[in-house]
Amino acid sequence: MMTSSSDELLRRGVEPVISIDHLRVVRGKRPAIHDLSVQIARGTITGLLGPSGCGKTTLMRSIVGTQIVTAGAVTVLGRPAGSAQLRRRVGYMPQDPTIYDDLRIVDNVRYFASLYGMDASAADAAIDAVGLQDHRSAYSGNLSGGQRTRVSLACALVCHPDLLVLDEPTVGLDPVLRADLWQQFDALARAGTTLVVSSHVMDEADHCGDLLLMREGHLVAHTTPTQLREDTGCRSLEEAFLSVIRRSIERQAG
Amino acid sequence: MILVVPIVVITLMYFMFQNVPHRPGTPTGFNTACLILLGLFPLFVMFIITAITMQRERASGTLERILTTPLRRLDLLAAYGTAFSVAAAAQATVACGVAFLVLGFDTAGSPVWVFLIAIVNAVLGVGLGLLCSAFARTEFQAVQFIPLVMVPQLILAGIIVPRAVMPEWLQWISNVMPASYALEALQQVGAHAELTATAIRDIVVVIGCAIIALCLAAATLRRRTP
Repeated sequence: MMTSSSDELLRRGVEPVISIDHLRVVRGKRPAIHDLSVQIARGTITGLLGPSGCGKTTLMRSIVGTQIVTAGAVTVLGRPAGSAQLRRRVGYMPQDPTIYDDLRIVDNVRYFASLYGMDASAADAAIDAVGLQDHRSAYSGNLSGGQRTRVSLACALVCHPDLLVLDEPTVGLDPVLRADLWQQFDALARAGTTLVVSSHVMDEADHCGDLLLMREGHLVAHTTPTQLREDTGCRSLEEAFLSVIRRSIERQAG
Repeated sequence: MILVVPIVVITLMYFMFQNVPHRPGTPTGFNTACLILLGLFPLFVMFIITAITMQRERASGTLERILTTPLRRLDLLAAYGTAFSVAAAAQATVACGVAFLVLGFDTAGSPVWVFLIAIVNAVLGVGLGLLCSAFARTEFQAVQFIPLVMVPQLILAGIIVPRAVMPEWLQWISNVMPASYALEALQQVGAHAELTATAIRDIVVVIGCAIIALCLAAATLRRRTP
């Protein structure tokens, strides 16, 4: 199942959940994002794709409001990104599983639940959602990489946010679990949650209604999986992506 | 560890001073040393523990993540302050209990004041630890703040050489270090039955420094980073 694309919805007059206007971010001395503008509609799954170091994480941090931006505006749910009112409505899962190794799974998730003002039952539901109910009293330090990622994901799911920003949530997961999670993301989107998901596994792009292809801090294309296949004439998204990247390099060189 | 280590050190000192002769009418060597230890150990230990815990929190990204939640920064600091103060209170209770009841340690003033000064010192340690964690990039660097921040404070406070006989410029440095006031307050309690005005002033100074350190630490907690 594929969710609708932002373009379609925005044309129908749906308010954008994320509106980025001429965003520029400089990290250290290097520009990480050059003049990026994009709008994302409610209830969509947007895949953020691109080679490592292309600015995916920086863009996500700008949306969550933890990144100091140099210029431009990021508006989330009608307010400037990072506003106090948004903190209850935006769930963020950073790339590295940021959980406490010396706490049990259930304590990690309960801790985040209490930070969001939710109760223990919300924590239990989030643990069930990532399929860790059998390990709930295991110490996080003893978990495998994929399990740690899922604990971290549960900590973001626990607040039932309107916007979920997930930085590579499926890295290191087995195919069964990955399919399972994408099913859940679909269900969340149908219920009205907006998801921004970064990935560098191209076969996951098919789950997304929208694709943002990035390279070296530029937005190379804002498209849909179908559109991308049509434009490039490639069957697999992997090839399609490569051809878009190559074309953008050629354009730059020429 | 937090509970047992001070007792072990105090007991060690008890046996260390066992055969040291002392002039009648003056406090024993053990009494002087134990007083310093009971009061300043919390400062030292809480500084180390908070500096390292908070540095881990910053380096692992959990700090950035919990700052994206509705949590207020002062709540976070208050939580850190109370958690470590409770640990410090437990430590001081056990250490004071052993020293006063088992090892025959004695002060002219009430043991309650020794206990209270120990807690205030612990809070100061938490404040300084939280603040210093902002300047350490790794846990290893955090540990190196001990010789930089804590050791000069403790030496200049008058543990080895009384402040009065130090050169004047060192006395000035000592005057602006909170540990000097913590130690003076302890010595006042050790020597006088009633709480002296100097002791009260010293305790207020230490509380003030703790609050300043906590506020500065709050300023280093940034929701937005480069």
